[in-house]
Amino acid sequence: MTPWFSALSAIIWREFLRFRFQTSRLVSAIVRPTLWLVVFSAGFQNILGVSITPPYETYVTYDVYMLPGLIGMVLLFQGMQSSLALVFDREAGMLRLLLTAPVPRWFVLLAKLLASALLGVTQAYVFLLIAFLFQVDIPPLAPATLLPALFLSSFTLAALGLLLTVYVRRMENFAGTMNFVIFPAFFFSTALYPAWKVQESGATWIVWLIRINPFAYVVELLRFSTYGTLNPLALAVTIVAGAVAFLLAAWGYDPQRGMLGRKARDEG
Amino acid sequence: MQDTRPVSQPAITRSGAALDVRGLSKSYGRIKALDDVSFAAERGSVTALLGLNGAGKTTLFQILTGLFVADRGTVQVLGEDFAARPTAALASMGLVFQQQVLDLDLTVMHNLAFYAGLHGLRGSVARDAIASCLGQLGLGDLGPRQVRELSGGTRRKIEIARALLTTPEILLLDEPSSGLDTGSRRALVADLFTLARERDIAVLWATHLVQEIEEASKVIVLHRGRIVAEGSPSDLMARSGSLTLEAAFLSVARTGQEGAAA
Repeated sequence: MTPWFSALSAIIWREFLRFRFQTSRLVSAIVRPTLWLVVFSAGFQNILGVSITPPYETYVTYDVYMLPGLIGMVLLFQGMQSSLALVFDREAGMLRLLLTAPVPRWFVLLAKLLASALLGVTQAYVFLLIAFLFQVDIPPLAPATLLPALFLSSFTLAALGLLLTVYVRRMENFAGTMNFVIFPAFFFSTALYPAWKVQESGATWIVWLIRINPFAYVVELLRFSTYGTLNPLALAVTIVAGAVAFLLAAWGYDPQRGMLGRKARDEG
Repeated sequence: MQDTRPVSQPAITRSGAALDVRGLSKSYGRIKALDDVSFAAERGSVTALLGLNGAGKTTLFQILTGLFVADRGTVQVLGEDFAARPTAALASMGLVFQQQVLDLDLTVMHNLAFYAGLHGLRGSVARDAIASCLGQLGLGDLGPRQVRELSGGTRRKIEIARALLTTPEILLLDEPSSGLDTGSRRALVADLFTLARERDIAVLWATHLVQEIEEASKVIVLHRGRIVAEGSPSDLMARSGSLTLEAAFLSVARTGQEGAAA
């Protein structure tokens, strides 16, 4: 096994190990979207529905429409949680151990993102199972057709979280920032309503926010993938957002920039 | 302890200083953390880096481990420029940071296995190395224990065991005995000095506790980022006219404060 693959395996293994020991994180990752599914879809599915628009070929109930957005919520929270864990590692000193491993620094960051992506995919499938148990109408092949989109989406959202850690160094600040990022990203997307519905209502400014929100494209990528089809624009934006976020984060963690938060007063 | 170096590592060159630092300087804004620092650490010996708080010891370690980049100067590790081949340099190093670096929620075994994996050790090779290193430091039965349950001194010994896992050629120790009781500190000092000799390891030991480096081959006194004295403990004592190394250190540190070298 090459040293690089060994380091990658170790980083992924540790992330899963820590997730297993953090029961509350596991529970909230599943309970949160399930509550939305049960409360909102149960409450609204007789009020709201979505008329025929791609990828849907028939009128769909609101729970079916919401599903990709809720999967996206699972991935978004996972991405932010992984980044919060990285901020914790930085404060606790564990990040030094990672950054002094005999593999390139960018590879360490990439490994962290891959670990986060795999965790996100795992949680997404657990939620998909719960949605199935709640009798949400899911195409039979969706678990298979969703896999590439889940991985790519989870990676991109984790990369955006990683980029945040370059600028937000303290845990208490990052926890606050998470909420400031997660909820606007979720609400100003197509997770809860189609963009054309918003356009019809005249709230043009929300449509513009949706258009510049990477999470909206993640949701659409997941939506189309659920039905085994591809939204090229959503795919392109998701890929570019993830790549740009990762490259900027890797640059931000360059040792020349001293991103470990040491100030002159900490000198020993 | 068994040799656990991964097969993919290049052959060791056994000539020249293991660690060669030349003209290292680093500033944080207007504060000069390191100013033209040059020294070498030889194989099979312990080089002590002595300095009061704020002398620049930890900044030096940050640069030697690639966490920070110096403004000027070079670092050669086993004859190769660190900046040109950082991963090869880091592969030859074992590190103990001043700040404790352990995952408190995981067990001792998990912590060491994670480090082993980061450094290319897997499976039975990793397990054997972990068992050997823990046993060497009297920690053999602590593998399944969660780190959070252990005392600060024990955690420190685990970190030292971890640094030895990959059979490094260079050991960088930043205040390694902090948190240890007197008996444990003495045993650690004895073990590390013996290890340096027997395994031909270059040890760079940063500390402000003079008594633990009295047997060092070379003592480098750092004061406000500059080297103000360098030599064997007996040389330093002779030059300062002191009877103990501690007195010599304090004398040199005072001299350094006054701006004139010993």
